[in-house]
Parts: sequence; structure tokens; C-alpha cells
Amino acid sequence: MEKEIMYRIHGVTKSYLVGKKAMPALKEINFDIRKNELVAILGTSGCGKSTLLRMLAGFLKPTTGAIYAQHQAITGPGADRGMVFQSYTLFPWLTVRENVEYGLKELKVPKAEREATVTRYLHDVGLDGFENAYPRELSGGMKQRVAIARALAINPDSLLLDEPFGALDAQTRSHMQEMMLDVWQKHPKTIVMVTHDIEEAIFMADRIVVMRAHPGSIKQVIDIDLPRDRDIHIKSDPRFIAYKEEILQLIYEESPAAQRQLMEA
Amino acid sequence: MKSMALSLGGEAFLPQGAIAKRPYTIIAIVAFALVLGGWFLMTNLGLVDPTFMPTPQATIKAAGALFSGSFVIDIWMSTYRVLAGFIISAIVAVPLGLFIGTYAPLNALIEPLMSFVRYLPATAFIPLFILWIGIDESEKIALIIMGSLPQLILMVAVDVRKVPHDLVEVSYTLGTKPSRVLWKIILPASMPYILDSLRMVLGWAWTYVVVAEMVGASSGIGYMMIQSQRMMNVSNIFVGLLAIGFLGLLFDCLFKLINKLCFGWSAQGR
Ligand SMILES: Nc1ncnc2c1ncn2[C@@H]1O[C@H](COP(=O)(O)OP(=O)(O)O)[C@@H](O)[C@H]1O
Ligand SMILES: [Mg+2]
Repeated sequence: MEKEIMYRIHGVTKSYLVGKKAMPALKEINFDIRKNELVAILGTSGCGKSTLLRMLAGFLKPTTGAIYAQHQAITGPGADRGMVFQSYTLFPWLTVRENVEYGLKELKVPKAEREATVTRYLHDVGLDGFENAYPRELSGGMKQRVAIARALAINPDSLLLDEPFGALDAQTRSHMQEMMLDVWQKHPKTIVMVTHDIEEAIFMADRIVVMRAHPGSIKQVIDIDLPRDRDIHIKSDPRFIAYKEEILQLIYEESPAAQRQLMEA
Repeated sequence: MKSMALSLGGEAFLPQGAIAKRPYTIIAIVAFALVLGGWFLMTNLGLVDPTFMPTPQATIKAAGALFSGSFVIDIWMSTYRVLAGFIISAIVAVPLGLFIGTYAPLNALIEPLMSFVRYLPATAFIPLFILWIGIDESEKIALIIMGSLPQLILMVAVDVRKVPHDLVEVSYTLGTKPSRVLWKIILPASMPYILDSLRMVLGWAWTYVVVAEMVGASSGIGYMMIQSQRMMNVSNIFVGLLAIGFLGLLFDCLFKLINKLCFGWSAQGR
């Protein structure tokens, strides 16, 4: 049952030039992302998650290797890959409605269709009634809802999320996760989500890519075999907890203390 | 005291704390009143020589005499020169600053040069300008441009660089072409900051106009002041100073109003 491939990450390494020295950030990444699956990239801070995502977005070029989106090498950012950053990136001079409408205008969608699309997506992310607010009047969670609606409105093939809920409080975050899954079922897309929150990754993903650091590489890929109509209660399901323990163990092995024990043994 | 308008609230003196509009206004008025009161007492109690510092009453009388004379024309001339120099500077500097702040090669072309020019005191160009242009209106306007343009270009470039790169990147993922980013993202995002820079530069333009009018002019506030100095009329000099102060305040308020009306979305526009 071979599924259609959305992204092929092939022999990708990435080094940053720091002064005159090349500092390796990612080494030898090989990975395929299937169409319409939700992949979570999980790892500690500094392991290269954002670097990988930014290469998928086309903001960065791999040092070696190549990334293909639907068999085409990625040469730069494009409207086929929507992006949501952890830092709120709404256009502050536009209202909520105008923010969501922005991409549709850039793509020259006719006015009547724009209005209908904006209204639909604002409804889907639960922002009815906030159309005319400016971003500075919104809470962090609401800003991210707008950012998600804005990215979805132009109907990209995939959505790249870099710790989208990382700045939110625990309660808001879990609402946002449910909302995101809900929206994703309504508008199927390939979603690649970077996170350092294990529960978030298990709750949302079809597959989790666990990263190791220094330099970043893939430690293990875990299929999350949980029913798709997930809600908050699944977090206390024994299978959920088993995944959590498995991943905790993987990440613990990467911690400096565990590394030292391994060396000494 | 507690129930009065001046109760500031427990957090007023916390670092970076805020106070309400009403106590703010009251404190500001008190500051003006203190200066005015100090001036009144010093001069009326005879603590200073009235030849060098007039009493407020004498200043008001002098103002009355000046305004019934040609002072209104002086004010108008100074304002005209300031605005002419300022508007020309703004028309050149804002687009240039936008391009410099956005495109690295243009930055390399212009920024180092402007940083050099900026350190040349504008007033040092007066002899040159008088030789080149004469002492008519354009010489005064040239001085104002010399004083504001290089600074403004650099300030606008800095404002433009304050636009978070994330906004530019996100616009690419929404279908914006790199060639349109300047208009769609950078210009609207930096407008409130640019307006603030314009406001500051307008303040400097007032300094230059007065200097220009003191050196070679037959009208303007600065001209009136230098003439009064020759006749030892300190009251008139004080009227000139106060007039400039009030005009500055007026333009400042105007800018703040524009910012509030146009850029309410921004923290700058509050
Ligand atoms: N622009 C850059 N220049 C130099 N080093 C960078 C740059 N961006 C990231 N790095 C380094 O690359 C590594 C991976 O960074 P990043 O992808 O941001 O990690 P993560 O998102 O997992 O926290 C880190 O060690 C970081 O310091
Ligand atoms: Mg990151």
C-alpha cells in the first residue's frame, strides 16, 4: 500500500558558516513524507528541527543533498507550502480578515470568492466575530488561529509548523491541538510540525521523527497507531502512555548524563 | 490627597510603569508652572538684571507689540522655510531610506557615504551656501536640507530594518514575489517608525532655520531675534524663543495625531 510521496529528503546535510568555520547543524537526513500525513519532528532545542523545516519551506538550501516536493527540487519558498512560526507573524497593519485575505489577494482570487473563503476559514479556526480586530488586540492563541487560517486560505499542498503552540499556556495549547486536528480533517493536507513537546507530537502525528543532536540527525521514526478521532481523553489511554515512555527513553539516551554513562560503560 | 486626581496608583514608580492620562496632564502642567513661577520670582524679586532677563509681564507686553507689528510675517516666513526644507528632505529621504534598508547593494552604495556626510555640521556649510546660492530663500532651505536629509535617510533605513524578517518570509509563503515585498510588507510595517523619525527631524529643522536667519536674512524669527540682540531688547528674544517652542509643540502634536489616526494598529500609534 505505497502512498504518494509529498517530500523526499535525500542525503541532506546542512552546515552554517560561523565566522569562517562551517558548523554542522544536520547530518545525512534521508526521509520521505507522504501526502496528507501529519509528521511531527521532535527533539531538544538546538538539534536542527527549524533548520530542517526551513529547508522544506525553501528559506534555506541544503549544504549537500536535495529536497524534492512532489518530485520537483525545492528552489525557494512558494505558495504551495504554507508556514506558521512560533513568533506571531501576523501583519499588524491588517485586520484579522485582511490578514487571512492577504494571500488570496496576492494570488488574484476574485473578491466574492475571497470573502467566502476568508469567512469559511475564520469559522473553522473559531474566530467568528473577530474579523475586524487588529492583531495587537488578540491573545497569543487567537493570533495563531489567524496565522493558521491565513496559511490555509490559499489552499497550499502542505503546512509547515515551527513550534506553533510553543509560546502558549498549557490549556490554550491543548485547545489549539484539537482545533488543528479538526481543521486538518476538514482540509486534508500534508503537515510537518516541529515541536519539543512529546505529548503534542503523539497526540497529533501519524509519525514522529525523533531527532538526536550535535549534529542533528534522525534517531528513530515512530508510527503512531492511534485512532484518528483523537480527543483530549486519548492522552490517558495506555497506548498513548506507552508511546510516551518509548520516546522519553529515546530522548533520555540523548541526554548528556546518559551519554556519559554509555562512554564509561 | 489620596482621593484627588493626583493619586498615581501603587505602580506608578515601578520601572517602566504607566500612569493614567489625567495625572500625566496635571504633572506636565505643574512642570510648566514651576518654570514659569521660577522665572517670575527671579525677575520680579530683582535677583537678576532686567537688562539680561525680562520679567514675564515685560515679555507679554513685548509679544503684544511684536504681534501688532510684522512678527506674524516672521513666523510665517520661518514656518515656510522649515516646511519647504523638511518636505523636500522627506520626499527624497523616505524612498531612498526604504531602498537602502531593503536592498544590501544600495546600502553599501549610500550608507557609508551618508554616515560621513552626517558628521559634517550643517552650519559649517553656511559660508559655502552663501557663496554658491546667495542669501535668498534657497540658501536657508538648502541649510535645512543639509541638516536633515542625511540624518533622515539613515534613520529611515534603520526603521526599515526593524521590520521582522519573519514577516517577509511569511509573505513569500503567501504568494508575494520578492519584487513586491517592499510595497506589500516593508513599507506598511515601517510606516509608524518612519513617521516618528520625520517628527524628530522636523524638530532639528527648526534649529537650522533660526541659525540661517541669524546669519543672513531680512525676515523670520531668527532675524527678529538677532535684530533685538543688537538693540539689547531681551524681551523680544524671549518672545522669539517661546514662539519657536510653541510652534514645535504644535507640530509635534500634529504628528502624534496623524500617528494615532493612521497607525492605531501599531504600538507607535498609541
Ligand atoms: N543562522 C544560523 N547561523 C549559525 N548557526 C545556526 C543558525 N541557525 C541555527 N544555527 C545552529 O544550528 C543548530 C540547529 O538550530 P535550529 O535548527 O534552530 O534548532 P532547533 O529548531 O531544533 O532548536 C543550533 O546549534 C544553532 O545554534
Ligand atoms: Mg527551532
